[in-house]
Amino acid sequence: MSVLATNYLTPTGREEAWRFTPLKRLRGLHDGTAAVGERNSLVTKAGLPKGASFTRESLDPLAVSDDVIIERIRGEVADVAHLSIDANAEIKEPIFLTRSAGALDSAELSRVRISLGNHAVATVIVENIGDTLLAEDLEISLAPGSSLTFVSLQEFDAKSVYTARHHAVVDKDAVFKSITVTVGGDVVRILPTVEFTAPGASAELLGVYFATTGQFFEHRMHVDHAVPNAKSRVNFKGALAGKDAHTVWIGDVLIRAVAEGTDTYELNRNLLLTDGARADSVPNLEIETGEIVGAGHASTTGRFDDEQLFYLMSRGITLEDARRLVVRGFFNEIITEIGNEEVQERLMERIDGELERAGA
Amino acid sequence: MSVLEIRGLHVSVNTENGSVEILKGVDLTIKSGETHAIMGPNGSGKSTLAYSIAGHPKYTITSGSVTLDGADVLDMTVDERAKAGLFLAMQYPVEVPGVSVSNFLRTAATALRGEAPKLRTWVAEVKGAMEALNMDPAFATRNVNEGFSGGEKKRHEIMQLELLKPKMAILDETDSGLDVDALRIVSEGVNRAKVNNDLGVLLITHYTRILKYIKPDFVHVFANGKIVEEGGPDLADKLEANGYADYVSK
Ligand SMILES: Nc1ncnc2c1ncn2[C@@H]1O[C@H](COP(=O)(O)OP(=O)(O)O)[C@@H](O)[C@H]1O
Ligand SMILES: [Mg+2]
Repeated sequence: MSVLATNYLTPTGREEAWRFTPLKRLRGLHDGTAAVGERNSLVTKAGLPKGASFTRESLDPLAVSDDVIIERIRGEVADVAHLSIDANAEIKEPIFLTRSAGALDSAELSRVRISLGNHAVATVIVENIGDTLLAEDLEISLAPGSSLTFVSLQEFDAKSVYTARHHAVVDKDAVFKSITVTVGGDVVRILPTVEFTAPGASAELLGVYFATTGQFFEHRMHVDHAVPNAKSRVNFKGALAGKDAHTVWIGDVLIRAVAEGTDTYELNRNLLLTDGARADSVPNLEIETGEIVGAGHASTTGRFDDEQLFYLMSRGITLEDARRLVVRGFFNEIITEIGNEEVQERLMERIDGELERAGA
Repeated sequence: MSVLEIRGLHVSVNTENGSVEILKGVDLTIKSGETHAIMGPNGSGKSTLAYSIAGHPKYTITSGSVTLDGADVLDMTVDERAKAGLFLAMQYPVEVPGVSVSNFLRTAATALRGEAPKLRTWVAEVKGAMEALNMDPAFATRNVNEGFSGGEKKRHEIMQLELLKPKMAILDETDSGLDVDALRIVSEGVNRAKVNNDLGVLLITHYTRILKYIKPDFVHVFANGKIVEEGGPDLADKLEANGYADYVSK
């Protein structure tokens, strides 16, 4: 075991990037006091299909990061768990990566790379499970013409702390779609970020989160339109129930002066199911050129709709079941995008369970 | 044989300017197999009566009673009223995003029957109900009332009436927004439910045209929060000729 190097600027909570995060609950991930254990928990769940390989190798980072935890991971860890999809491979079945081991008394620093060759097509589902203290630098590279659906499932147990950046670099005409689901853990902080490197690229960042009593889930998007004619869509839906459930959604979209023809829209909707919960939602569009196709954002926070509950109950459905239906319905739009029935049903059951636990 | 009894019903709603009384003493008795038409001008309180019986939280019952076979309806939660045998076909059915019609219907049937219907017979049952109302099978996969046309919403309400088999149904302006063909199809659905389940019907309408398809046994004229005149089917003919002017001016 080693202790994290401390020659990085430790966040104080006053920085814009850290102003919502409960630093004290990060168990020393942010200030270098966490002891680091030797764990490489990410493993393939089943055999890999033809055209895919999973190795550990030394790789340079794809992109710079200004996140202090990501910097620390890079300073400590050379080996990267690398899932590589060959050029032109078209893999229909999803590739599952899952967590083999977790621990709370020491931290795992993880570097992951998912790379798709030219015109490769794949779906990758990462299952983050168990109780663990995990900081992760996950980078995704999409070569020209490739297409990836990246599903990231935070199904942690109650005590987990997970801080990560999921950064995609999307090349010419490549199609990146991510579905980020956060339903478990004590503190989860994910930076889903996208950088376009050539025109014609597109990214769709979808997500759902459901925080119950005491949980803190933060999703801090950043989409960098640094080239012309790229398209991005962001749609995150969250529900909160129980005292001190707290979620943060930040949608930073930057359209640089060169990024003419940009088409972007971001949406965040939150459902506050009980009193005592707090949803922060901050869309932030920075536009440096007027020559664009479209740019917009919307953010809403609502409660259970009495008319919906009344309609369902007037057909004999109990209040509890009516609420469950409404919440499932709220998340359904995004969850069905995963395209895997087994995972979808598992998540819906988890959502039912969280709802029940929170007594909403 | 069931009886729905409404006695001296007074109902208020809360507004910005305090509580406003909408229903000012409604008395009505409906028995199984009977069809009662309630006709009245817009704003007279017809929907308020329907919602109050179904238990919508917006309405406060200030006095009076509603019983179904002697059981106190006003003491029941909304779902308990449905389980007791009441059904409300709404004037403006509510959208429930992300919840498919098939999931909704099965959940409702499970709740009302006390057990999940056997899958095979259930699928046939739903298919039959949809065919009888000239509905596209793809309808079952759509989200409840989301993007439905006015006519589709009303068909969906009547499909539920046929599938869920209540004892008493309140149909709140089921005829509004329907073209002639849809009106006939929807009316036939109501008539089937009457025959098959000995259904008691409270048919709320603004116009007489639906009464050509669903024959009322009794007609009640509703104005200013209460019933102002009662009679047989011929009262509807009189309203057709003279409108509501006589009642509104009173
Ligand atoms: N929430 C409310 N706030 C204020 N007034 C209301 C509310 N709901 C109904 N009303 C009033 O109650 C009266 C009766 O409405 P309603 O029952 O919908 O009539 P109808 O169905 O006969 O057209 C109307 O004057 C309407 O404006
Ligand atoms: Mg009305």
